[in-house]
Amino acid sequence: MKELTIISGKGGTGKTTVTAAFATLAENKVLADCDVDAADLHLILTPKELSGNDFVGGRAPQINKDKCSECGECLRLCRYGAIDFSKAAGHTINEFACDCCALCAWACPEKAISMVDTVNGRWFISATRTGKMVHARLGIGEDNSGKLVSLVRRQAKLLAEKDELELLINDGPPGIGCPVTAAITGVDLVLIVTEPTLSGIHDMERVHGLCNHFDIPALVCVNRYDLNLINTQKIRDYCSLHHLELVGEIPLDPVVNQAQVARRSVVEYDCGRISQIVKEMWGRVSLEL
Amino acid sequence: MIIAIASGKGGTGKTTIATNLALVAPAAQYLDCDVEEPNGHLFLKPEIEKKTDVTLPIPQVDEKLCSLCGLCAEACEFNALAVISEKVMVFADLCHGCGTCSFVCPEKAISETGKVIGRLEQGSARAVNGEKFIFGHGVTRIGNPLTPPIIKNVKQLIDNDCFTIMDSPPGTSCPMVQTLIGSDFCLFVTEPTPFGLNDLELAVGVARQLKIPCGIVVNRSDSGDEEIRNYCQRENIPILLEIPFDRDLAFAYSKGEAAVHHSEKLRKSFQQLYQQIVAEVAK
Repeated sequence: MKELTIISGKGGTGKTTVTAAFATLAENKVLADCDVDAADLHLILTPKELSGNDFVGGRAPQINKDKCSECGECLRLCRYGAIDFSKAAGHTINEFACDCCALCAWACPEKAISMVDTVNGRWFISATRTGKMVHARLGIGEDNSGKLVSLVRRQAKLLAEKDELELLINDGPPGIGCPVTAAITGVDLVLIVTEPTLSGIHDMERVHGLCNHFDIPALVCVNRYDLNLINTQKIRDYCSLHHLELVGEIPLDPVVNQAQVARRSVVEYDCGRISQIVKEMWGRVSLEL
Repeated sequence: MIIAIASGKGGTGKTTIATNLALVAPAAQYLDCDVEEPNGHLFLKPEIEKKTDVTLPIPQVDEKLCSLCGLCAEACEFNALAVISEKVMVFADLCHGCGTCSFVCPEKAISETGKVIGRLEQGSARAVNGEKFIFGHGVTRIGNPLTPPIIKNVKQLIDNDCFTIMDSPPGTSCPMVQTLIGSDFCLFVTEPTPFGLNDLELAVGVARQLKIPCGIVVNRSDSGDEEIRNYCQRENIPILLEIPFDRDLAFAYSKGEAAVHHSEKLRKSFQQLYQQIVAEVAK
């Protein structure tokens, strides 16, 4: 089985647009939406849930008021400023500041703090018109997004093996931090979707650096390439300098937004130039895989 | 006054709004908390006056004192330590720097050493009226997965006498929450598309849990559909500014030019946006 992850560094360059188009074009595959804190692929593929499960991402501290002697040891030791104190409420945990490291639980001389399993979100296996999809929803403001991404990928792989499918396509998150690392480590190929803006180029270079760090081969595609042809040339030059294949250049076209509003992938919505370019791009990517 | 500029969905124009606001707001301070992919400097072109490493305290085990009891590995919630073949292994990329291992070690065999996970850069940029304002951003080291400690470092630059503008990372998980905590107001930048709306609803959920009042900027306001406006009306969230798509403006952005330098009309719009934010916070 081969695994492809689509990432960008900068948000909003068109990762999900490209993923949804590939979902329409690729056969015998499973899809995984690895952008778990702002997942959007389901808006195009309108999945029907086959199963849904809680995601237990870790443990969180809980203070037993009956045992707490208000000695303040937890407050003194916590490095996250996550223990609040007021005369009325005593010692309480600020869940947004808490990193769930358990130091307070270990340190409490009264053993008043225990670590309890926390549900940080839900994950689903669903059917879509393009095949099966694994996706998730991280709870609002919850931690452990990297772990949830790993879980989604692991479940998608199991599903592909069970259904004897050859390909897994992951829609990745923006950035270069923990969820991105979880979405790309160990994959066969990464496609970086960028745009010809200074931000797009800056972020592409950093995310390419991350691919190199993990020794993962990468391809590049430029979205809205005709917005700034000088910058597009800079991307071409960067790619040839770093031996990165540039697999496609997509023009700025309102049809991309129209397709999204109609909840269709761009190749389902339109058979014009954008579709043609994306199809050729998919041809190059699948060849590389 | 501390204002966070966030969105949920990436690429809606957070940095455009944050930088342009910083260029027109009196006594502004711009702090880029998108430490994975900081872009504000591309538009504000600051003079960087100081660079400091951001370090995370990671455990160092003194083998002479270690009895291989394994309590450190048991206590670590992040699996950053393991006893393997008569030795304690430290997996530095998994470590959160919480200090639990050194606290629990009965032999006092664990001390801490600073591991560089990124850097903090501070300096100044120039507003449209020529006055200097404070610029700061964090840059995570490539390969470092843990960004909230770098964001915390950036937030230490907050000057309470300033109109502080914090440019948030996208998403709705820890880095975004870390940015929003302690803000007086959150300005969400969105676009009128299904993706924009879906991610905006999630982001507003975070602001509400943190009890931070919010307002909306609709970017590329003439593309897509009307759902964002219906949502804002339903949820009683004020739309403070709408910016239609403009190819010239997008081109200026692509070159790293700030909109307020490019268009007199937008300069006025951003000055009004500043006043509206101040009025919203005073409510």
